[in-house]
Amino acid sequence: MKTKVREPKFHLVKRDDLSRYQRVLIRLLSIVLALILCATITAITTGINPFEVFGSIVSGAFGTARKTWITLQDLSVLLLIALALTPAFTMKFWNIGGEGQVLVGGLATAACMICFEQKLPSAVIILLSVIAAPLAGALWGFIPAICKAKWNTNETLMTLMMNYIATQLVSYFIIIWEVPKGSGKIGIINQNSHAGWMPQVFGSKYMLCILVALITMVFLYFYIGYSKHGYEIQVVGESENTARYVGIKVGKVIVRTMLLSGALCGIAGMLLVGSINHTITTTIAGGQGFTGVLVAWMAKFNPFTMVLSAFLIVFMDRGAGEIATQFGLNQSYADILTGIILFFIIGCEFFINYRIKRAEKHENKEGSSC
Amino acid sequence: MKKFLALLLAGTMTLSLCACGSATQTASTDNAVAADTSSEVQADASEDTAADASGEALDIKVGFICLHDENSTYDLNFINGAKEACAKLGIEPIIKTNIPEGQECYDAACELADAGCSFIFADSFGHEDYMIEAAKEYPEIQFSHATGTKAHTENLANYHNAFASIYEGRYLAGIVAGMKLNEMIDAGTITADQAKIGYVGAFTYAEVISGYTSFFLGARSVCPTATMEVTFTGSWYDETAEKEGATKLIQDGCVLISQHADSMGAPTACENAGVPDVSYNGSTKAACPNTFLVSSRINWAPYFEYAITATAKGEAYDTDWTGTIATDSVCLTELGDSVAEGTQEAIDAAKAKIQDGSLHVFDTTTFTVEGKPLDSYMADVDTDPAYEGDHEVVTDGYFNESGEGFRSAPYFDLQIDGISLLDTAF
Repeated sequence: MKTKVREPKFHLVKRDDLSRYQRVLIRLLSIVLALILCATITAITTGINPFEVFGSIVSGAFGTARKTWITLQDLSVLLLIALALTPAFTMKFWNIGGEGQVLVGGLATAACMICFEQKLPSAVIILLSVIAAPLAGALWGFIPAICKAKWNTNETLMTLMMNYIATQLVSYFIIIWEVPKGSGKIGIINQNSHAGWMPQVFGSKYMLCILVALITMVFLYFYIGYSKHGYEIQVVGESENTARYVGIKVGKVIVRTMLLSGALCGIAGMLLVGSINHTITTTIAGGQGFTGVLVAWMAKFNPFTMVLSAFLIVFMDRGAGEIATQFGLNQSYADILTGIILFFIIGCEFFINYRIKRAEKHENKEGSSC
Repeated sequence: MKKFLALLLAGTMTLSLCACGSATQTASTDNAVAADTSSEVQADASEDTAADASGEALDIKVGFICLHDENSTYDLNFINGAKEACAKLGIEPIIKTNIPEGQECYDAACELADAGCSFIFADSFGHEDYMIEAAKEYPEIQFSHATGTKAHTENLANYHNAFASIYEGRYLAGIVAGMKLNEMIDAGTITADQAKIGYVGAFTYAEVISGYTSFFLGARSVCPTATMEVTFTGSWYDETAEKEGATKLIQDGCVLISQHADSMGAPTACENAGVPDVSYNGSTKAACPNTFLVSSRINWAPYFEYAITATAKGEAYDTDWTGTIATDSVCLTELGDSVAEGTQEAIDAAKAKIQDGSLHVFDTTTFTVEGKPLDSYMADVDTDPAYEGDHEVVTDGYFNESGEGFRSAPYFDLQIDGISLLDTAF
């Protein structure tokens, strides 16, 4: 931290004296303030009644039974990706390669579906996908992890670059599999035979993703909070030296955790291809590998809180389409509103963690967020 | 922490309760809507003729699905067509923009069906399979899709493809380009063998190949020394790549640019470099006043009017519809300020010849493939993963593009002499 001789007029003091109740109150207040700002900006810039816009966002997400299901499905995919990233981030391994890990998982699923369509029964193809997709994702997580463990490479750069490789791989295979020639599109894979399509659960095509996300959520809650592996992850995250001192093999933990993180992302990719879209494109992950980081971080890596942060993003995104249709407002308008809300939510953490104090003769302490 | 968790759980549970509540509610309203529409159908049948005779507004809902929004020239062209046709028919369209070519398209189509639309249209090539899925699920609703290739083989009564013989429009736009090249040669700005056209394409797909080839043939019909270079961006909408592609072509010595990709990238690059540009999907004159020559575009309004009217009357309409100059589906925008003298006359003459059948754009005497004239070509009209040619499309001395008995979407995918491709990665 830069320290200057000049006395600052204000300084920040870390505070941990707030009760849970107060913290929740501050967060709620920030959302209310954000909504007021959104309403003001909407009224000024578009002249549309902001409450109609808000209402339209709600009906975009929950207007019909179908919309509700789709919202829940989108929510579960984003949640799954955020959950997948959580073990790595808890370890302070900055895995921003979720996008690539999801893509290769999807690619593996698409490959199983396309290559074995007429050769194997659908159930076997599904089984192969269930094996291949997590393996592919795990491999995509393993490469930066082993490099980090062996040679202490920068995992942020490496996971990021792995994303580009995954995108290029997918483009390459799209050109091999495209129909018709030159179109750059695969279209729905096995549209008539449905070979390798993930089964419906409880008679609903939306249910599978929701179930997988719920199971993963509970699993990760216990895995990180209450297992030996989880404890090791937390210690490595706090301090690698401490971990070494107590006899934890840091390299092993890094590799093991990234295998898990990548495999879970791979499963998300499998669901995107095998259960939802039944095609693969370079944009199928849709930036959720990055949004997932935000979701996990806003929830402070608590798997249950992530439902709320993921919900906020999906809710606004689903509403975005609706306000574009209903008011002719561009899709970007909803992005602006989402941006404002996120800004307030993330910003309020500052006021939860710090108090602004007028200058006194007092040493400025560096504080880390809890 | 425990307290906070409990609060959160309570919160989520209330939320899920709300979700369930709204779900049951909408389910019941859905039933009500379904009941409504069935009674409406009966009422329609009796009132139909009366409404038509007095020219009253049609009583149906229609939905449109667009890949991007009005910032894409391609989608804007559809949106304008939809609004024009609907205004004429006195109905209010529901337009969904920014719908990707994935399950989102199916979801959007079903949401439009839930909202009571009886005609649903999607504008992008990759939407096709998802529209087919939706069409299977809602047999009583008519689904139309632009640029698609599968309707004629899918055997679904309620799924339709539509396109236009835009290659004829491209040919006419090519004449404008050729006239401009001649003007530059006459003025001494370039020599006759420097008359090189640059073309920014999206993919090495038949629709693009057909487009640039017909454009080139139009240009060469008035400027015999014209040649062309084509580059591909690998995306239908990528402003940066299109701009870079155009700039690369200009640096490569191309003296005139045209494009088949949907952003303002290429026209902007041309305006910056002062190179004449033939645009696509609509006029870019306002943004590029100095370099805009002309733009060909498909006018979708006639198709929408035709298909929506048929749907409202409960009549069947074409499974695979091709718009032409005669249906006013293929048109040129107004000319830019910098076109050569006599351009309008040249366009009118060629247009008359195309219409009376004395001029065919892909007349096999006007081009060669690998040095040889084309006598026969099996095109992949019925789309399959192996790209097998299945229809002989060279008839009466010309390549019958978007022809009767084949399909509306282009299938001309030959590499003719005089055009060189800079990259074919896509």
